[in-house]
Amino acid sequence: MGLFILRRLGVMLLTALCLTFIVFWLTNLYPNLEKLAKTQGNFRMSDEAVASFLEDRGYLQPTWDKFGEWLGVRPGYVTEREDGETFGRCFSSSTPEEERRTFCGVLQGDWGFSTVFKDNVGSLVAERLGKTGFLMMWVLILMVPSALIVGVLAGMREGSKLDRSLSTFSIATTATPEYVSGVIFIALLASSNYGLSPLLTQWGLLGSEGALFGEGRTLFLGSATKAMDDATFWNFFLPVLTISLYGMGYIARMTRASMTEVMTAQYIRTARLKGVKFSDIVLKHALRNALIAPFTVIMLQIPWLLNGVVIVETLFNYKGFGWLLVQAAGNNDIELLLAVSVVSVAVVLLTQLISDIGYVYLNPRIRIS
Amino acid sequence: MEPLTWTGSLSGLNLIFQLALGLLILGIIVQILISLVPSADSRAVNADGTLSANTGISGFVGTLVNWFFFAVVGIILIYVILGIFMGTGAGIIGGMSRQFLPTWIALIVTFALSITYKRKLGLYGKLFDSTVGMIGFAIVMFWVFTGVLGGIFDLIVTHDSLSQASGMKNKLPGTPLRGAEEGEYAWYLLGGDNLARDVFSRLVKGSWVVVLIAPLATLFAFMVGITLGLPAGYYGGKLDTILSFVANLILAFPVILLFFLLVTPEIVLTGIPNYMAAVLFVFPLIFVAVLLNSRYYTQPSFRTPLLAVVLGVMAWAYLSMISNDGTIIDNASYTIPGLPTFLDWIPMPSEILVVFVSVVFVNSPTVFRIVRGLALDIKTRDYVAAAQTRGEGPWYIMLWEILPNARGPLIVDFCLRIGYTTILLGTLGFFGLGLESESPDWGSTINAGRRLLSLYPHAAIAPALSLLTLVLGLNLLADGLREESLRD
Repeated sequence: MGLFILRRLGVMLLTALCLTFIVFWLTNLYPNLEKLAKTQGNFRMSDEAVASFLEDRGYLQPTWDKFGEWLGVRPGYVTEREDGETFGRCFSSSTPEEERRTFCGVLQGDWGFSTVFKDNVGSLVAERLGKTGFLMMWVLILMVPSALIVGVLAGMREGSKLDRSLSTFSIATTATPEYVSGVIFIALLASSNYGLSPLLTQWGLLGSEGALFGEGRTLFLGSATKAMDDATFWNFFLPVLTISLYGMGYIARMTRASMTEVMTAQYIRTARLKGVKFSDIVLKHALRNALIAPFTVIMLQIPWLLNGVVIVETLFNYKGFGWLLVQAAGNNDIELLLAVSVVSVAVVLLTQLISDIGYVYLNPRIRIS
Repeated sequence: MEPLTWTGSLSGLNLIFQLALGLLILGIIVQILISLVPSADSRAVNADGTLSANTGISGFVGTLVNWFFFAVVGIILIYVILGIFMGTGAGIIGGMSRQFLPTWIALIVTFALSITYKRKLGLYGKLFDSTVGMIGFAIVMFWVFTGVLGGIFDLIVTHDSLSQASGMKNKLPGTPLRGAEEGEYAWYLLGGDNLARDVFSRLVKGSWVVVLIAPLATLFAFMVGITLGLPAGYYGGKLDTILSFVANLILAFPVILLFFLLVTPEIVLTGIPNYMAAVLFVFPLIFVAVLLNSRYYTQPSFRTPLLAVVLGVMAWAYLSMISNDGTIIDNASYTIPGLPTFLDWIPMPSEILVVFVSVVFVNSPTVFRIVRGLALDIKTRDYVAAAQTRGEGPWYIMLWEILPNARGPLIVDFCLRIGYTTILLGTLGFFGLGLESESPDWGSTINAGRRLLSLYPHAAIAPALSLLTLVLGLNLLADGLREESLRD
């Protein structure tokens, strides 16, 4: 087991390094750098001005050198201007001589400086990640139990009416990407002119003092910007629901498949013949074995949730990690984008590792060769 | 002119429809609740020794639900069929139904022909034995026909998808066109968008973009995945290790990040998508060449002309796909000349090429993993051993023994993957990547409509629902196919 985890960790590191390099290379292509120079300087810079701007800031070194500097295994560049001003990757011209470092990269814990937000990348990413972590937590709290319940209920009696309606429901949710369900939810539940809200207002259930569904003009709020500081059911439920719904269908289908398989097993038949109550069979005999496969699926679903997070944060204007990714990529903010990709790649690889280990741990029949 | 209502002169039916729909939903909820309670069916032994069970309350509710379901479907059919005859007299639904007439005819002809000859049509014919499969197929074909008839032949659309009409900005569905001229369609059936263009026509035009790109991109991804996955699974060893590592590398990338990195104007300038296209589009050629060669290499007199003709046509198609205005890559520092313009018969604008390439690139590793897994499984079968004993070459075994036996799961995955590709295309449009902003495709339209979502939702809701139905149809189709292919 130890060797297995060690080998997986090694492959993981290699993968992460390769992926980071690809991102690094793509963001450091010349047209991208040119755009960066023009947005940083001014849009009417001549080609020579762009070149000297980039040269000064070390962007025109070979990609490998720059990558090494970013990683922190190569000394950062130092530029000496003709007027005697000296600055480099790790210090500005005003830093005293003795405090100037040679190495400043990821290994030294220095993630660089965001050109869009004019802030330290490390703290920026950490802050936004916290916001998204909060969103993800609620998504998982809503998604996992409801998906498991739907799957188990559908799978315990294969072919029943309940099974068929729940399976249709899960197929429908897997066919609804976040940008579709989000749009429908906003129009239906968060618009003051359309959908349910005007109807409920008319009936006096909404929008007045002491009304059943609150005093707001709409049932839910179509923007989650306020939820970043003060999340309430009213302003936070729609984004959470939108992300959960798309992932839910898949987990529910996997749970159903695993549940139906378990329910046809010999030992379940024995239990039934013994005269055990049906609810006891489902809860005590079947459930534990049926939940092994969904565990893997849930872990592998987390990277997919990341996509949903980007879409939903853009749609609902919740300024978290996904929103940061869009901003960084849209403005070619190289160091921010690199940090964002390192985090997301790490999330993907870690969940894969956890799902592998968890599967082995949960299922005693699987032994690693 | 009066604005159209949704059902026009058929509005008398609305109350009945709402009643039936409400009762149907209520019935389904009751049914679910009842099924949670264990039923104590009373069984009676008949005189002839047979048992008969009382269906009880759940059976009664079941019958009711069935009736309400048929009532709802029946009323919807009345709306649609009367709409074909009454046109806008039957409101917006009638008007749309009349516009979709070519699609209805094509659908009915397809279904009539397929059901008549279903025993001779193999797996496709078997699809018509499963209700779920037929529903899925009907929805998918509805959009395919709409895309083809509306996108190429301009049959269904009411207005030009780019022209703006004065005073129609953000107008509600069914608004009459101000100052409509003779011969011009007098209404915006699904309203106007924020640039005063007709939402309905853009919807139809946009379906063509989706119907064209999604299956083709999926097909290319399958070619790449199959060509690499079969040898990886069959040979194993170093080749497998390297290919699997690369596939996992791409899979570990969050899709959206990859899109943001690949589909930007700056990256297009460097020509990287063109290089990727040049590499990825070669795979169909390799696939077909190996497929034909491994089968016919014992008959060189037949194989050589066959290969020459097939590969010649495919190479021509390949070159015209990757070249644009006579160049393959044209960036600031250098130019690689391609096929001259007069031989270039596939117009592939660079922004579509980028979208196409990135979607193929994202999909192929997953296909690779599936094919590799299937090949690993099938290569242990007896008929593969028999072929090896006969002395068949490895490529013959892979393409003519393993691949046909893996077709069931692959066809099912193909359907699901088209749906997934549709979602990806929508995601690209939603972030305004790739296709230009006036493109009528559904993702871009949703993106344009979402800014005014709570005030004028119709411009975003219409494409959102269309995308939902298409992907749902593909999922149902895949389910039906899976069911039928398991039955063999």
